Amino acid sequence: MDKVMSNKWIIALYVLPSLLLILAIVYIPIVLTGYYGLNKWNGIGAMNFIGLDNYQALIKDKLFWNSAGHSLLLAVFSGISLILYLIIAMVLSAKLKAVNLFRKIYLIPMLLSSVAIAQLWLKIFHPTNGILNSLLESIGFANPPAWLAEPSIVLFALFIPILWQYAGFYILIYYAALKNIPASLEEAAKIDGANAFQIAYKIKLPLAMEVIKVTIVLAVVGSLKYFDLIYVMTDGGPNGSSEVMASYMYHQAFRAYDFGYGSAIGFFLLVICLIVTWIIRKLTASKDTIQYS
Amino acid sequence: MMSGTAEQLGGGAKNSRAGLVSLGYTLLYIVLIAVAILQVFPLVWLLFFSLKNNQEVFNLPPLSLPMNPRWENYEKVWSAGNIDVYFLNSVWITVVTTVITIVLGSLVTYAITRMKWKGSSFVLGLFMVAMMIPVHSTLIPLFSIFNKLHLIDHPLSLILSYVAFNMPITIMILLGFYYALPREVEEAAVIDGCSVNRVFFRIVLPMTGSVIATTGIINMIYNWNEFIFVNTFISSDAYKTLTVGVQNFIGQYTTDWGAIGATLMISILPILIAFLFLSDRIVEGIAAGSVKG
Repeated sequence: MDKVMSNKWIIALYVLPSLLLILAIVYIPIVLTGYYGLNKWNGIGAMNFIGLDNYQALIKDKLFWNSAGHSLLLAVFSGISLILYLIIAMVLSAKLKAVNLFRKIYLIPMLLSSVAIAQLWLKIFHPTNGILNSLLESIGFANPPAWLAEPSIVLFALFIPILWQYAGFYILIYYAALKNIPASLEEAAKIDGANAFQIAYKIKLPLAMEVIKVTIVLAVVGSLKYFDLIYVMTDGGPNGSSEVMASYMYHQAFRAYDFGYGSAIGFFLLVICLIVTWIIRKLTASKDTIQYS
Repeated sequence: MMSGTAEQLGGGAKNSRAGLVSLGYTLLYIVLIAVAILQVFPLVWLLFFSLKNNQEVFNLPPLSLPMNPRWENYEKVWSAGNIDVYFLNSVWITVVTTVITIVLGSLVTYAITRMKWKGSSFVLGLFMVAMMIPVHSTLIPLFSIFNKLHLIDHPLSLILSYVAFNMPITIMILLGFYYALPREVEEAAVIDGCSVNRVFFRIVLPMTGSVIATTGIINMIYNWNEFIFVNTFISSDAYKTLTVGVQNFIGQYTTDWGAIGATLMISILPILIAFLFLSDRIVEGIAAGSVKG
């Protein structure tokens, strides 16, 4: 039995195709990103090794830090919005009818392609015919802004569809975590005279903490590498006012044909994401006790 | 939360308190319904303007249909904008990559959960860590690798990338199921002299039908919606998928609201239909796949 189940040929046959694929498509590229970042390279011609020049330029690049600031702002907003999602999930778990239907409806935007969502929100934000400004005008706002053309508000306008897209996802996760809390704990607390807010704060919140920490990682890292809607809706504009790290990288590589510098940004992005994940995981270093089914 | 308070107070059996209970519940439902409207309203508006011409979009109230809904918008874009080609490309690429990912993922999961070999936990770790790596950090090297292999503007570049990047989450969802699967039948079969291949394909794989359905639908949603790889690797219309095709098509017809609406509806309809019939599996897959990492 053991001999059959440790047949090296069969193990190689089962594991190697996927393993080689993931090495070739995921791991080798991230090593190459780091290496390309040490070169001056336009993507086609010969590479020119320049050491850490790209990284030094990156540290002094105001446009990059500007875009990094935008990514960070998105991370802060995503993090704060988690509180709202948690409250909605607590409402959902309050033994109401049609809960299943609600959480499914909430999830719909997350299932749609970023391009479709981006194009739809371009229309929603349309200065004259978009539904948002139509509504604002109908309730008395005379001159609603051209949301995506104003450098001072474009970034916040973009956050709305981004948060809209992922809200259902986090509500779903929180709901699942809260459902996992044994009803007996809540009953016992009620008998001891705890009110609903105390139950939420003292019992449900601590027991859902593991999941909350995971969602913080997801939200923060997801925001730091965010690209899709911003790329389609404003392409970082107007004039860089909605540029984020990933879109800046894309522009440097595939528009300015500075593959070396783009790779340096890509590598920096990777390092930031791994460090942030590691830090938040460290803060949450207890074993995962919550099971989903 | 508030309902809990109301419920406790309601325990006093006085009429006014019973009133408070139902008031509390009503408030909770209002919150839930308001969130549901926020999530769905933009899509309803999209459906409405996809059935209008420009004049009707600009002159009629946003949430009204013209006397004759303009279904011809759909006919027009289906053939005129290459949308039929993009749609078929999306279908076959989604199906092929999903099947490959699930077969390869199942083989790896089987080898990791059932077979005895050194390095099995290390290999599993490689797959799990890959989940944290931002796609954008691999984009430039992947572009240059595929370029060297003459796979730029070739569907194989998409297939390889999709399979590799969806492999970790696929394995993660399969893993929980494989661990929970009883092993007696497999062990008996091996003792009876059944080969590992036979055990896997004839006994194990058929038993994992339900989890394959879950991972399958999640894979399909991701592949159907993927944007950045197609946008970067594919340039000819013959291979573009719907996300990039829609993006380009809309870029050319920015002023025809009805055509844009119809295009967007066509691109999201398959997902909405899948959601209608498979929402339980989608919810399950998203909850299982996102949190455990």
